[in-house]
Amino acid sequence: MKTLELGYIHIKDIIIGSESKIENGVLYVDEKAVRELILEDENLKDVHFDVAKPGESTRITPVKDVIEPRYKVEGPGGVFPGMINKVEAVGSGKTHVLKDMAVVTAGKIVGFQEGIIDMSGPGADYTPFSKTINLVMVCEPADFLLSKEADATLPIENEKKPEYEKAVRMAGLKLAAYLGELSKDMTPDETETFSTPNLKEGLEMYPDLPRVVYVAMLQTQGLLHDTYVYGVDAKRTLSTMMWPTEIMDGAIVSGNCVSACDKNPTYIHENNPVVHELFKQHGKTLNFVGVIITNENVYLADKQRSSDWAAKLCELLGVDGAIVTQEGFGNPDTDLIMNTKKIELKGVKTTIVTDEYAGQDGKSQSLADADPLADAVVTGGNANQVIILPKMDKVIGMLDYVDVIAGGHAGSLRADGTIEAEIQVITSATNEMGFNKLSAR
Amino acid sequence: MSYKVVHYINQFFANIGGEEMAHVAPELRDGAVGPGTALNAQWKGEAEIVKTIVCGDSYFAEHEKEAKEQVIAWVKAEKPDFFIAGPAFNAGRYGYACANVAIAVQELGIPVLTGMYVENPGADYKDKVMIVSTRDSAAGMRQAAPTMAKLAMKIMKGEKIGASVEEGYMNMGVRVNMFEEERGAKRAVDMLINKLNDKPFVTEYPMPSFDRVAPNKAVKDLSKATIALCTSGGIVPKGNPDHIESSSASHYGEYSIAGVQALDEAGWETAHGGYDPIYANANPNRVLPVDVLRDMEKEGLIGKLHDKFYTTVGNGTAVASAKKFAAEYAQKLVADGVDAVIMTST
Repeated sequence: MKTLELGYIHIKDIIIGSESKIENGVLYVDEKAVRELILEDENLKDVHFDVAKPGESTRITPVKDVIEPRYKVEGPGGVFPGMINKVEAVGSGKTHVLKDMAVVTAGKIVGFQEGIIDMSGPGADYTPFSKTINLVMVCEPADFLLSKEADATLPIENEKKPEYEKAVRMAGLKLAAYLGELSKDMTPDETETFSTPNLKEGLEMYPDLPRVVYVAMLQTQGLLHDTYVYGVDAKRTLSTMMWPTEIMDGAIVSGNCVSACDKNPTYIHENNPVVHELFKQHGKTLNFVGVIITNENVYLADKQRSSDWAAKLCELLGVDGAIVTQEGFGNPDTDLIMNTKKIELKGVKTTIVTDEYAGQDGKSQSLADADPLADAVVTGGNANQVIILPKMDKVIGMLDYVDVIAGGHAGSLRADGTIEAEIQVITSATNEMGFNKLSAR
Repeated sequence: MSYKVVHYINQFFANIGGEEMAHVAPELRDGAVGPGTALNAQWKGEAEIVKTIVCGDSYFAEHEKEAKEQVIAWVKAEKPDFFIAGPAFNAGRYGYACANVAIAVQELGIPVLTGMYVENPGADYKDKVMIVSTRDSAAGMRQAAPTMAKLAMKIMKGEKIGASVEEGYMNMGVRVNMFEEERGAKRAVDMLINKLNDKPFVTEYPMPSFDRVAPNKAVKDLSKATIALCTSGGIVPKGNPDHIESSSASHYGEYSIAGVQALDEAGWETAHGGYDPIYANANPNRVLPVDVLRDMEKEGLIGKLHDKFYTTVGNGTAVASAKKFAAEYAQKLVADGVDAVIMTST
């Protein structure tokens, strides 16, 4: 039996000042200390901190990643293993979670695929991060990373992009781990326990329940589209298995620039909604066996190998059902369909979670691939839907890239400060792990 | 002022008779008749059926053209704000008549609505006209009347129409976003539990039948062929002069490579937002292989490299848009005497 207790500490406010502590639900952040921590990385020249609260007339853009601060108080390993802490296996013991808040990383863009978070207005309905108090960290790249061409569309020198992406990704994780540690000696407001029996125990405990596995597809197209598992770039992995609670300790982190609406930020990995919903049914209507992680590489041979392995693991485990979720769109749609088809052909019933690119008029085929065996689909909505975002009083970050991020177009940022774009630009709007209520018919 | 509505029903719902009276020709009556009174009751005076057109189902089937012309003439004279036909439930000829009459009225610019059972042959027109999904018999009137009346009122008032499942109409082949009660992960788990227990479940996205394009016949003699390069990899002249979007492209570009021996970093780049552009920008031939095709041209392997190329961004671009772009530039390629195309993706 693998058991993890999450201890939730609710954060009601964040105050940037001269001391770091959590007191009466208020997170105080020592600006000087966190600046020093972040600027240890020579790839970053400067960093600015700001707080965005639900309901404010505030826009954060370009958003890279969103992270929930956590700290391992008991049990082996530490949060974000292989990235921040050593690679020791996590997923058991006790972990503290700073609830109702998030660390948001922003700054000059790496690629095109970075997002917008509006804290109020119509855009706020689409992003889950309009409901959290956000500590926003706007990173400034070092001069030697900047493009030397005056008319460059994107600010970072092409070959320096991976370094800048890594610097900002690590900065976010570092800050989240630092803030999480402030809860070290605290008593959580509430706790929740998640237990997974091993295969033998599970069969004995629930002999009559259908056995279900979760197949999580990780974005690994490469070229800034990567996901890390225990610090390993997942595109160089074979499909494998995890305890669901390992994910809660930050074993999977985002390192990618897929369109803002359907990349899985680290926050959503930590709070993986499929894992949580399966735990709710575990022992009642089903037996949640574990998580299979598989990747979404671009070469056909890799796609075939990874989907073969995902299906093979389902077969080896002898499960009755599987939920498959994807990340990104287009090219990964083929992985989604390959996985679903192969798993179904093993006699395992599947339900899949995706989103759609049905065109602005909603009339196009929604996915780049299809198969009749994928007969149980949950959708996170049509990412091409156009939305008008009103002008906000405050912008954290910069509006410079609104026209060029994926889902924007020349003229997206209008003279009156409003933005006309596809909901593709909104961070996690059409999340493909089923984090939201948005759907389509 | 209340909205003016014209209603179309068959001989049965007008109380003229069943199959034996299905031959009756169109007839115009004042006010609401039969099911129309149920609709009127729902609108509570905000809208009102001013005329009812009654037509026998056999008459419509046998004299479709005349019947439609008569209906149109009466509707034009009345200038209503809205037109409702049926509901037809599972009556096949009635459903067919409702759908076709509604389509004809819709062409006048008057908003319309009909209703019927999903297996009614008239439901085949669901992509062309809004059809409320009803039960298979007239016993379903109690559910159909409020659904149709409410949806009709929304349309008359110009309010935003929600997704098909929210409003009760049959999906018109258009994907519409909506907010569900439960988050996606919960819906997925619930759906899987139903599937595992052999209970009914409804997919949120029915898989489409896919277009498969059969390859053309092979080009027999490449040494005499004019070959064009096309790409969805976003290669454009430096600065992206036509502003092709990084994702969900709304147009394609046509650019000359006459005399260009190879694409270089100074003159070309990619507009594509779906991959790290480092390698494409450093050497754009990696996506649009002008350099290799020029070599082949020199070696006599191919007759000629066409001096224009067509390009767009495939990243999240709607299939319908891609199809439209290609249908257009394929004509230009044919007109220019191009024999074959190499289409590169990323």
